Amino acid sequence: MPAELLQKTAPGLSGPRDPEGQDRPPGGDGPSPDQFLDSPARFGLWAFMGTVTMLFVGFTSAYLVRRASADWQPLAPPSLLWLNTAVLLSSSVLLERARGQLRRWAPGDALRWLAAAGLLGLLFLAGQVAAWRQLAAQGIFLASNPHSSFFYLLSGVHAAHLVGGLGWFASAAFRLRRLALTPGEDGLGLLATYWHFLAAVWIYLLFLLFVV
Amino acid sequence: MAHPAPAPVAEAHAPQAFIWRYVFSKDHKVIGIQYYLTAMVMALIAGLLAMLIRLQIAWPEKSWPALTRLLPTGFTDGVMNPEFYAMLFTMHGTIMVFFVLSTAPVSGFGNLLIPLQAGARDMAFPFLNGLSYWTFLVGCVVILTSFFVGAGAAAAGWTSYPPLSALKGTVPGSQTGQTFWIVGMVFFIASFTMGGLNFATTILNLRTKGLSMMRMPLTMWSMLLVAVLGLLSFPALTAASLMLIFDRHFGTSFFLPAGLAVSGAALVGPDGSPLHQGGTPLLWQHLFWFLGHPEVYILMLPALGFTSDIIATFCRKPIFGYRTMVGALLAIATLSFVVWGHHMFVSGMSPYLAMAFAVFTMLIAVPSAVKVFNWLATLWRSRIRYTTAMLWALGVVSLFISGGLSGIFLGQSAVDIHLTDTYFVVAHFHLIMAGAALFGVFGATAYWFPKMFGRMMNETLGKLHFWLTFVAYYSTFFPMHYIGVSGHMRRLYDPYQYEFLKGFQPINQFITISAFVLGTSQLVFFVNFFWSAFRGKKASENPWDANGLEWTTPSPPPHGNWPGPIPEVHRWPYDYSVPEAPADHVLQTDPAPIGERAH
Repeated sequence: MPAELLQKTAPGLSGPRDPEGQDRPPGGDGPSPDQFLDSPARFGLWAFMGTVTMLFVGFTSAYLVRRASADWQPLAPPSLLWLNTAVLLSSSVLLERARGQLRRWAPGDALRWLAAAGLLGLLFLAGQVAAWRQLAAQGIFLASNPHSSFFYLLSGVHAAHLVGGLGWFASAAFRLRRLALTPGEDGLGLLATYWHFLAAVWIYLLFLLFVV
Repeated sequence: MAHPAPAPVAEAHAPQAFIWRYVFSKDHKVIGIQYYLTAMVMALIAGLLAMLIRLQIAWPEKSWPALTRLLPTGFTDGVMNPEFYAMLFTMHGTIMVFFVLSTAPVSGFGNLLIPLQAGARDMAFPFLNGLSYWTFLVGCVVILTSFFVGAGAAAAGWTSYPPLSALKGTVPGSQTGQTFWIVGMVFFIASFTMGGLNFATTILNLRTKGLSMMRMPLTMWSMLLVAVLGLLSFPALTAASLMLIFDRHFGTSFFLPAGLAVSGAALVGPDGSPLHQGGTPLLWQHLFWFLGHPEVYILMLPALGFTSDIIATFCRKPIFGYRTMVGALLAIATLSFVVWGHHMFVSGMSPYLAMAFAVFTMLIAVPSAVKVFNWLATLWRSRIRYTTAMLWALGVVSLFISGGLSGIFLGQSAVDIHLTDTYFVVAHFHLIMAGAALFGVFGATAYWFPKMFGRMMNETLGKLHFWLTFVAYYSTFFPMHYIGVSGHMRRLYDPYQYEFLKGFQPINQFITISAFVLGTSQLVFFVNFFWSAFRGKKASENPWDANGLEWTTPSPPPHGNWPGPIPEVHRWPYDYSVPEAPADHVLQTDPAPIGERAH
């Protein structure tokens, strides 16, 4: 996933930089050195989330147009979805705990909370698959009706982004284990941003699919 | 993020093995050249497809036995198959728009120039940058392979409208070929997204000290906007492509309505119920053109940026109205998101909606006119140096005007309904989008060639190439306005099956001969390019006496871009002919307070 690549490649920046640090974002008469623009990785991540947002905007417009057709049959949400949602939100909360532990430089605790958050992420994915099977057991498949098509498609695209996030979890855990982080650094900040973003996208999708 | 470790000399960090230095490189200059050369190969292929298209339109009744031997699937007894013709124009458009004219100016020159003009050692995410090239290459291979799978490449037009693109039995190319088209596009979009993230981040985060936004060369401004357009518009096509795949392979009905029939047979299941129902093909058109219109500006904007920089250099004058140039670029980029409907005036929409799209489309004429005015004002009473690069830049201005004017006709729904799908449209977009982008790339090649290969291109061959191309380009596409207004539709396998088009055959033959001249003229460019890359005159650091940061480092720049520390910027790049300055140009790195005013 591009997001994890961003994080992996960002340290590469230190390679080509010059000794005096002159190619750091300029101050003075240049752009103001605010925190947001000071970190290419953070900016790159936000730009990536922007493009992912546009992907779901595209799907949303398609959904709203398609829903106006006569053959639309509303789908009842599989009951498992609510549990899955709770699992994903808990995962976000645990990730914040891990982030806090790391800021206080307790890498061992941070790693444990991180692992717990990642496992909840995996559990969410498993839960989504179970929800699909729940639907399939009721005889509602991908092509059964447009609402079910959109449900499978959108939850699938969301899950694909989540799989990328789990890869990032693995690499962050690896870095934590090797203590390849500086004390005081917000080493899990970008991952947390992405992970909360995916949780927000999921809440939005639930809202779009079953409330609107 | 960790604080950057001191890097003693950047060159020492350069990978030494050939494969890491030139093949799987993370150096933005190498990646830019890789993109450029790949686009060149793709252009050659797509150009040959165009030649075959023109051959068919000029002489549909003639037999070409040699071509049957060469392309046994495309020709039967020397006569082109209609399905093959559909495949030709589909793949010509797809390859040219995405794999040539989005790639060469944006991915090619964007990669080459952004860190050099920004004063950065490399792109923000070098690994991602390398990955983006290799993803792109996979896309190219998939698109090219599609010619050889099953019944041939996609044949539903470069816009791939369903149901033609969504049903496997409609045309031979809508089988495996269309699937490959979608997969190739997905790779392209992934690659372009990685590039866009790098472009935006590098321009916004890694500019050197003193290089404020309003001191950036206009090329950099155009690259920034192109990156933003790509990041925000391509996802719409990603979404549409996913839904198209689901419709094609998994039986969904996003785009497919009920009542479809292929070759006279209704598409129904064993129980007689329709296989698809309720879908709307219009949905694809909306999503496609939500990408499609920003996409044509992705092709255009870099050419406008190159042109501004080249004109300023060879007029020895500051670009006229820098702030309005930036404003015009911003306005064009913003408006590009609200005009997609003008591609769909005949698809059926509320006349009120059509009016809104028409008004927004007309509005684009305002920033476009501002740009033309500024270019002309820069040229006004200057002592122009007619280098090859300058000729191409003037060519861009010419095409931007002549192609832009026909856009005013097409932007009005009432006129467009008559002109839709005629050669008038073909003339319009080949002049403004394809032509201006192509001329921009040639201009940029002549201008920045020293930074690519450390040598100069041959000026005599360059000028010969320009004049041949300029005359042949207009001879090819200008007459299309006339036949288009007269009702000649595009994409016709044999126009002369219609009585009223029979009289246009001589014009079509003239167009075809011009197109062959145009195609052949490009050989001059290939010879010049490769000869100059290896045998051309060695280039100095700043052969054009220009001001930008890229001209403050050796040609070609070393790994890490500057042998010493990164230069600081003290002014904009357009200080030419400043009266009190000792030379007729003042480098961006010159700290002297001469000629400084509020830019």
